[in-house]
Amino acid sequence: MIAIIDYDAGNLASVQRAVSHLGMQCVITKEETEIKAAERIIFPGVGAAGAAMQSLRRNGLDRVIKEAFAIGKPVLGICIGSQIILAHSKENDTPCLGILDGTVRSFSTDRRSEEGQKLKIPHMGWNGLDIKKSHPLLSGVDADDEFYFVHSYYPEPQNPDCVIAVTEYGISFASIVGLNNLFATQFHLEKSGRPGLKILENFCKWNP
Amino acid sequence: MLSKRIIPCLDVREGKTTKGIKFQNNVDIGDPVDMARLYYEAGADEIVFYDITASYEKRDIMLDVVRQVAETIFIPFSVGGGIRTVADMRNVLLAGAEKVSVNSAAVTSPDIIAQGAKAFGNQCIVLGMDAKFVGESKATPSGYEIYINGGRTPMKMDALNWAIEAQKLGAGEICLNSIDADGTKAGYELNLTTLISEEVDIPVIASGGAGTPEHLRDVLTLAKADAALIASMVHYGTYTITEIKSFLEKSGVKIRKTW
Repeated sequence: MIAIIDYDAGNLASVQRAVSHLGMQCVITKEETEIKAAERIIFPGVGAAGAAMQSLRRNGLDRVIKEAFAIGKPVLGICIGSQIILAHSKENDTPCLGILDGTVRSFSTDRRSEEGQKLKIPHMGWNGLDIKKSHPLLSGVDADDEFYFVHSYYPEPQNPDCVIAVTEYGISFASIVGLNNLFATQFHLEKSGRPGLKILENFCKWNP
Repeated sequence: MLSKRIIPCLDVREGKTTKGIKFQNNVDIGDPVDMARLYYEAGADEIVFYDITASYEKRDIMLDVVRQVAETIFIPFSVGGGIRTVADMRNVLLAGAEKVSVNSAAVTSPDIIAQGAKAFGNQCIVLGMDAKFVGESKATPSGYEIYINGGRTPMKMDALNWAIEAQKLGAGEICLNSIDADGTKAGYELNLTTLISEEVDIPVIASGGAGTPEHLRDVLTLAKADAALIASMVHYGTYTITEIKSFLEKSGVKIRKTW
């Protein structure tokens, strides 16, 4: 069983649909016992860091997620889940989980691409990966594959070894971060077609 | 680098796509769920559904369509048409759409944008805009006027000012339709698209006038749109999405090549 952590952020159901589509069992939950019993956990979501952390703390889930990581359970973060695993977010100046050292920063405005086009915020749409470290969850992902992003903030881990892939949008930012049994994507696996589902499927079978 | 998005738009009335659309092998398809799946498999980057059901009582049919689509395709899709309240927005998003598009209701009560953005996040709220060239005047310094009710009612409102205002209110994206270009297949309205896209900081989807891949190239490069909406040029099998994308790639437009 896979637990999808419910912290009142948007569209958890789309992650559930994608996991179910792959034939895996999952449940959206904020119950500590259910999360502890699960084989692996997914920590998805859209929304603001401040509200997300507030909801996690209110339900004691900040501790539950950190414990899951500490005992080696596979943990997958998606979108805001890839941000609040760091120590601090500039969004609402929010102290976060601190599983990894680092800061979540916002894209600066008034930037232009090499072609002179304005770089819009949010960074919304399909973009590629420059894979920095090979990883079992990226098996079956082709060099040209793109993924769906929607975000105005991005994770910046302190330890460069935690950066698995980067993506270019005016600057180069960490689009996949991870350490040991933790893997987190800034892009939406559940909305990235075949390659997104492939990573999700790899996670469902991952034994780090 | 971010790819430009190619977005098929499906008009849905009472749960069926209109016009008995022919898709690739000239198969008539009226089922929006089947069509969404075909476009998903064919490499669409996103899909837009526009509900043109007239009767308010029958609007729940669309929510069933949205639920089925959400279980079938794993790319983003948005739903617009007839969204009047925050509750309408919530229904569509809970049914599984990533984004909801609001047009007339945002013009008559702009607060719906702010309320929707607060409740669901800016990235969920698309402002649909219908604009027409009327020439510069005091009410329309940009020369483009906003129309509502499917392009029937002029509002004496300037299109550029409205786009900027909607961004401030919390819209996360603008779907910009040119009434002049719509249905002509003669190309997008490049002046209008450039004007809006250069002045706002949020992504702009160009809509209206697509007839050939060259039209997409022009609106995505010259007019700086972030995405291009297409309808009849793919619905009737004149072009496939692959053909459009390979033309764009050869023209130097960054697009998503694998799916």
